[in-house]
Amino acid sequence: MKEDLVLPAPREATPESPGEPLLVAENLTKHFPIKGGFPIRRTVGAVQAVDGIDLTVHVGESFGLVGESGCGKSTTGRLITRLLEPTDGKILYRGQDITHAGRKQLAPIRSEIQMIFQDPYSSLNPRQTVGTIISGPMEINGINPPGGREKRVRELLEIVGLNPEHYNRFPHEFSGGQRQRIGVARALALEPKLIVADEPVSALDVSIQAQVVNLLQKVQDELGIAFLFIAHDLAVVRHFSQRVAVMYLGKVIEVGDRESIYTRPRHPYTHALLSAVPEVDVTGDGEGRRERIRLAGDVPSPIAPPSGCRFRTRCWKAQDKCAAEAPPLVQISGNRDGHLTACHFPEEPTIEAREEDIVLDPALAALEESD
Amino acid sequence: MTTLTKEAGAPVPADEGAFLSVRDLHVTFKTEDGPVRAVNGLSFDLQRGKTLGIVGESGSGKSVTNLTILGLHNPMFTTIEGDIVLDGKELTTARESELEKLRGNKVAMIFQDPLTALSPYYTVGRQIAEPYRKHTGASKQAAWDRAVEMLGKVGIPNPKARAKDYPHQFSGGMRQRAMIAMSLVCNPDLLIADEPTTALDVTVQAQILDLLKDLQREFGTAIIFITHDLGVISDMADDIMVMYAGNAVERGTVDEVLRSPQHPYTWGLLNSMPRIDSDLSAPLAPIPGAPPSLLNPPSGCRFHPRCTFAERVGGARCVTERPLLGPDRASACHLTAEQKRTIFVEEIKPRLG
Repeated sequence: MKEDLVLPAPREATPESPGEPLLVAENLTKHFPIKGGFPIRRTVGAVQAVDGIDLTVHVGESFGLVGESGCGKSTTGRLITRLLEPTDGKILYRGQDITHAGRKQLAPIRSEIQMIFQDPYSSLNPRQTVGTIISGPMEINGINPPGGREKRVRELLEIVGLNPEHYNRFPHEFSGGQRQRIGVARALALEPKLIVADEPVSALDVSIQAQVVNLLQKVQDELGIAFLFIAHDLAVVRHFSQRVAVMYLGKVIEVGDRESIYTRPRHPYTHALLSAVPEVDVTGDGEGRRERIRLAGDVPSPIAPPSGCRFRTRCWKAQDKCAAEAPPLVQISGNRDGHLTACHFPEEPTIEAREEDIVLDPALAALEESD
Repeated sequence: MTTLTKEAGAPVPADEGAFLSVRDLHVTFKTEDGPVRAVNGLSFDLQRGKTLGIVGESGSGKSVTNLTILGLHNPMFTTIEGDIVLDGKELTTARESELEKLRGNKVAMIFQDPLTALSPYYTVGRQIAEPYRKHTGASKQAAWDRAVEMLGKVGIPNPKARAKDYPHQFSGGMRQRAMIAMSLVCNPDLLIADEPTTALDVTVQAQILDLLKDLQREFGTAIIFITHDLGVISDMADDIMVMYAGNAVERGTVDEVLRSPQHPYTWGLLNSMPRIDSDLSAPLAPIPGAPPSLLNPPSGCRFHPRCTFAERVGGARCVTERPLLGPDRASACHLTAEQKRTIFVEEIKPRLG
């Protein structure tokens, strides 16, 4: 497979300098109503999928969003691409408010914000050829590149490491990794400024994952596209993102540069998340042993999230204050600039092993006690 | 030790003490497009109370092998050759009624997706009690009490009340705990866990893995742990077998396979996997290409089309001759032991950081 990128000539000099905010979300909220009752169905509650989050993605930056299932990371991605209508809050794209922008108003922006989906099998139309799939966005937006759309599609296929000769093939003729490359080519077709990638590699095999991660990284570096990279795999996010936000039950609980989040986390949940990642000890010296934290139970339901800090029901440091008062997302003393944590009683900024492991799971604690 | 002269078969290590012995196993499925050789001459042993980790990508034959041990393939479309000996008993030729006595009793299985593995129609307690009643002949009440006890053991809060719940009332992690309770209810000697944590979140995965380890210590169960995640395997297993396209390509203890791997595929897996503490300046080194179709597998070494070290073997050996996997610590590759050592130390290890 071709690994060198042959890049098209840049469309124009990018007017923004890196570091300028490209997309800003303020107090972004999405509540899905729950209907019930008979004979008149009415709203009886709400799934608080995303509940007031603030995010900023800068020009040319890759921003990672991690969290467990149900934390609202995919909903956030869909809100930002305006595939879902936000319940509350504001989305600013290059300073322009697009929170409730209509179809006409959004049209020019849609071509600048593209999406890569998780499942390469269901996100490509099986009845269309690769050529039709990739040229679709250009057709819809009425873009006629010099040399014609077909030439551009062949260029794009080459960029993502596929054979341009495969222009007339159908998706079923490709493997999972190749299909994801088609998805990437489609996202690149309109030369976007921001790509929202929702779990782009989690459906792929380990050896293929690396190919796609490398491709995305190359695209990001060389075309200067900003990425909102949504994934549950902490190692993949670390590899891809310069800044990372950790979500829990619809809230951002910690955000910061990669190094701060992965080596100096302050929020107990970030600690628990990092300690839970199974690690291959390739050196075998066991040096720098990581802390061990085993939480109890699962994430609570977003229909009735805990009051105050949402992590308090699984937190080993929770006190009365945590139930009464939701902690604000602020910079705690000792943190770097831009490293914000939402916690009343933050942890030490280290991931080294503690003197005593934290085991909250009752069954585990009982079994380990009896040893 | 006996050596097989048959060309396609791997040399058979005769291990009398093994609790489970799989010898030269071939599993072939009949399909419309022709026969699919899902497992192609596989041999391994498992001792009592030990954990064997099987790692490989989708389609490498790791799940097929274990479904074969339990006899869960449709005999209409499946041809099974070779021997599977469990505790002195041959399973490949065993009758269905004999296998029924085994399943859930001596050998139990945990599946990847607990929601589809549990019946939505019966309460969790009843589903756990059922195999216990069937295999031990216990009374309804005794089996129910046992189910409640097991649920408590795997960490379901308030097990007495929750046993009366249906699977949909459980969260994903709790369902997998219920599956574990069900599989351990008859104190099996062998537990096959097929990607038991792949569908779970990472904090829940950590709980379940630790729980399995602790329960294994208490019950003395042997575990075959199937996964594609090297991190999980390094956490769980005593021994590792790496599979690729229906063959075992490398085997050894965790220490040997992860810290001094010998097969180019294992190197590829280690190099392509982002780790939480890996060096960020170097891009990942993916394995080129994609896994082969088992309808028409490559000749010789099945990994040769993707292998970057094939030319160092010299000649066309990799294309024409299938490398065999020896007993114990071994890797199925034509590179010499000296080459493997130098390549790993000089070219692979520095990248791992």
